[in-house]
Amino acid sequence: MSGETILGRRPVEILARAALRAATALVLAYIAMPLALVVWLSFMAGEIMVVPPEGYSLRWYGVAWNQDQLRSGFVTSLWVAAVATTLGLLVTVPASFALARGRFPGREAVLQLLMSPLIVPGIVIGASIYVFLVQVEIETGLPLAGSAWGIVVAHLLLTVPWCVRLVTANLVGVNRSVEEAALSLGASPLVTALTVTLPMIWPGLVAAAVFGFVVSFGNIEVSLFLVAPGQTTLPIAILQYLQWKIDPTIAAVSVAQIVLIGAALVATSRITNLGKVV
Amino acid sequence: MAGIRIESLAKRYNAVSAVDGVTLDVRDGEFLVLLGPSGCGKTTTLRMIAGFVAPSEGCVRIGARDVTHEPPYRRNIGLVFQNYALFPHLTVEENVAFGLRRRRVGEAAIRTRVATALSRVKLDGFGGRYPRAMSGGQQQRVAIARAIVIEPDVLLLDEPLSNLDAQLRHDVRGELRRLQTELGITTIMVTHDQDEAMSVADRLAVMEKGQVRQVGTPSEIYRRPADRFVASFVGRANFYAGRAERGIFVTASGLRLPVADLAEGADTLMIRPEAVGLRPAGADGLAATVETATYLGAGWELELRLAGGERLSVVAPDAGEHWRQGQILTAHVAPTAGVGMRTGS
Ligand SMILES: Nc1ncnc2c1ncn2[C@@H]1O[C@H](COP(=O)(O)OP(=O)(O)O)[C@@H](O)[C@H]1O
Ligand SMILES: [Mg+2]
Repeated sequence: MSGETILGRRPVEILARAALRAATALVLAYIAMPLALVVWLSFMAGEIMVVPPEGYSLRWYGVAWNQDQLRSGFVTSLWVAAVATTLGLLVTVPASFALARGRFPGREAVLQLLMSPLIVPGIVIGASIYVFLVQVEIETGLPLAGSAWGIVVAHLLLTVPWCVRLVTANLVGVNRSVEEAALSLGASPLVTALTVTLPMIWPGLVAAAVFGFVVSFGNIEVSLFLVAPGQTTLPIAILQYLQWKIDPTIAAVSVAQIVLIGAALVATSRITNLGKVV
Repeated sequence: MAGIRIESLAKRYNAVSAVDGVTLDVRDGEFLVLLGPSGCGKTTTLRMIAGFVAPSEGCVRIGARDVTHEPPYRRNIGLVFQNYALFPHLTVEENVAFGLRRRRVGEAAIRTRVATALSRVKLDGFGGRYPRAMSGGQQQRVAIARAIVIEPDVLLLDEPLSNLDAQLRHDVRGELRRLQTELGITTIMVTHDQDEAMSVADRLAVMEKGQVRQVGTPSEIYRRPADRFVASFVGRANFYAGRAERGIFVTASGLRLPVADLAEGADTLMIRPEAVGLRPAGADGLAATVETATYLGAGWELELRLAGGERLSVVAPDAGEHWRQGQILTAHVAPTAGVGMRTGS
């Protein structure tokens, strides 16, 4: 046709494609920028962050590691996220079965309730749990308000919505006749759930665990009221560090955190097709 | 092994009656097919027998046991679904072993029984594969092996061949029938395909609107359908309104046809197209004019117009004649070819 170039495409089309590529690159660069900056900062040699940097070194990684506060924050965040995620799954898997399979009055309301921590501001959740724990401590004498278990309880509220959403969505996608086949072969509903349904939604469970873990690990607002000396999560430890000193140490810690979470996500997408289960 | 007896089985969903009073006796070792159009309640009936749907009324007996209130996992049934429903996370071997493991069969016995079952469905050597690495026909054979390996009292199949292509459907249904005969297992299969039903069934139960219209062997159903619905569902048929007069069916236009076993009160006569004989004009029978003649290789398909104005469809084997439009001939309807029925309207 007359309007076509030798390549078979019209100039307008070529321009449109170029514009699309440029826009895509711009958005990706925008998203990658903080990541790149943090990595860059973490390798700067000087104590004061200046551009161009005085030189490059790995010293801040050593400094970070030797900060007891940061290291113990890292450990606390790690186990709090692990426990909150495990508990979250233990609670939400049975709940999701009921929500995905059951037809009972109030089903919709229960689902919304379990999702509600997503819409309540984290700072409010943290503050109310703190007030509640203090009250319980006054009544019972149990030392709850300053303990890490307070943080775990609060973080459970962070992992539950993610787990409910992912597990329910995956359960709805399970072909019911496969479960019925198991029942017909003599498996009770519980055995069917354990030997057929859960293995079938395994990728969804892994995704739920990873999302729960990541959300808990990076959370600041909910934890803010609940941390105590020696019971501080990494994000709060970083915050506290920043209040008296700004140097590339924090960048080094952030890079460590990014690498950890990135590795978890990559590992998950290896086992499961994240795009498919989420 | 055991027979199945279902009595006045009914299932209502709110105002809708999915199954409306079905009574059936399936003999020990018999292959019964539930045949009917989509939505007539076949699946619901089967699922009530399997225990996945609680009947609104009636009861289900397997052998001497009343299982109406037993959950599916205590009924000892083998179930085969249209979509195979294999366990995707288990190998073929483990799929077949699943029911045996639930029954706490020993590891050695499991291995031999699984191997036997796989070889019965001609899948020796496929044990280590995953279902996703198999064709539809192979998957359905695994599903059959998984169902029979537990030696169920009854085997229930819901449209097991519908997802397969034509050739495979033909092969698998042959295998299914052979297997059922070998094992002597009481079987109920659901289908909407009358060829499939006829080819495998010892007896058919034809359903319409939640009710069983007729139960009988394939030839009983085909040759002596109880009503107009059954007659047209299992094959082509000509219908004539009229009345019975001592062995003679008199059509509305006054044609008189002798009919064997004609019940008094019959108001409709059914004649299968291939039950009509074609003879030269002037022979004994009904004078007819050829309206359309279609040669099909194996035979002829003719649309005739009878003297009284009625149409008669005829399918005749190719005997060397060449039928042409406008030709005059005689249609011979033997007394055993017509079936009188009461439409009740
Ligand atoms: N769970 C259900 N809720 C409401 N109606 C249903 C349900 N299951 C089946 N039905 C209705 O019952 C009728 C019979 O369905 P089914 O037994 O599946 O028919 P078939 O298997 O013969 O096609 C249909 O009209 C269907 O819509
Ligand atoms: Mg059906």
